[in-house]
Amino acid sequence: MNVIDVLNGEARKEHVPEFRPGDTVKVYSKVVEGGKERVQMFEGVVTVHKGGGASESITVRRVAHGVGVDKTFLVHSPRVERIELTKRGIVRRSRLYYLSERIGKAARIKEKKAAK
Amino acid sequence: MKNILGRKVGMTSVFTAEGTYVPVTVIEAGPCTVVERRTKAEHGYDAVALGFGSVKRERLTRALAGHFKKQGVEPARFVREFRHDIDGVEAGATITVAEFAPGDRVDVIGVSKGHGFAGGIKRHNFSGGGASHGSMIHRQPASNGDTNAGRTVKGSRRPGHFGVDRTTHQNLEVVRADAERNLLLVRGPVPGPKNALVVIRKSVKAVKAAEGS
Repeated sequence: MNVIDVLNGEARKEHVPEFRPGDTVKVYSKVVEGGKERVQMFEGVVTVHKGGGASESITVRRVAHGVGVDKTFLVHSPRVERIELTKRGIVRRSRLYYLSERIGKAARIKEKKAAK
Repeated sequence: MKNILGRKVGMTSVFTAEGTYVPVTVIEAGPCTVVERRTKAEHGYDAVALGFGSVKRERLTRALAGHFKKQGVEPARFVREFRHDIDGVEAGATITVAEFAPGDRVDVIGVSKGHGFAGGIKRHNFSGGGASHGSMIHRQPASNGDTNAGRTVKGSRRPGHFGVDRTTHQNLEVVRADAERNLLLVRGPVPGPKNALVVIRKSVKAVKAAEGS
């Protein structure tokens, strides 16, 4: 196998939940604050999921205090401690940019019920 | 000794220990044998010649085959000399990427990609003319100088052969050195096409800084 593919494969984390745009996730990332490191949680809807290999990234959107916040995380970065999947959503697009034009009830996403 | 020969594998990105994602060039470097130790007394200057890569014996010229035999080392496809950071290196020794550590500064020397006969836009970053509206100068170099001079000034930038030049990229940071797989990861791009020979030496700037103090 090609050396570069091997290096990229090694950089990937083993246990990452499978997520799609529309899903709600909690991202626990390490932040440095006042010289100290702590873990910060960011919960929101996955609006973009792109890239493969080690450079796979997701953009998570949440509305905090009436302001929409988009945050992009490199899924396999050592600064992202873990990602939890909380809800599965039903959407018909791969990039949910339309959410930024909607507020309140209009920005809701239908929830997918777990198959029994 | 932070000098080695290698083969450019290609580019990718890796995470560093701090968690930043940096672009790197992967170089398969070494193991290199020290083919010869040149000394001031015998040759007029101090240097170490490193050999890299295997070569069939029948491909060697008699002269080269004799040289390798005299030194008592395996024939190598590429042999290059290094003049700095060579203290304590003797002929027959093996140099691997284990000599390098993340954070080291190196110069990478390669032969740049060939572009053939290239115009001014590609070769010298000329702007080019308008595409439409009756402009008849598209990718031409336009004027070559003033008519008063009656000649073209020497050194003016013209279309011509581009690439395949020895190119040095100075002061690159070593991101990772993998002694097990003989891999050296250097931050940023490196001259030359994939699979080409690259020469890695201790950065001239680092050598000068060490001598200055």
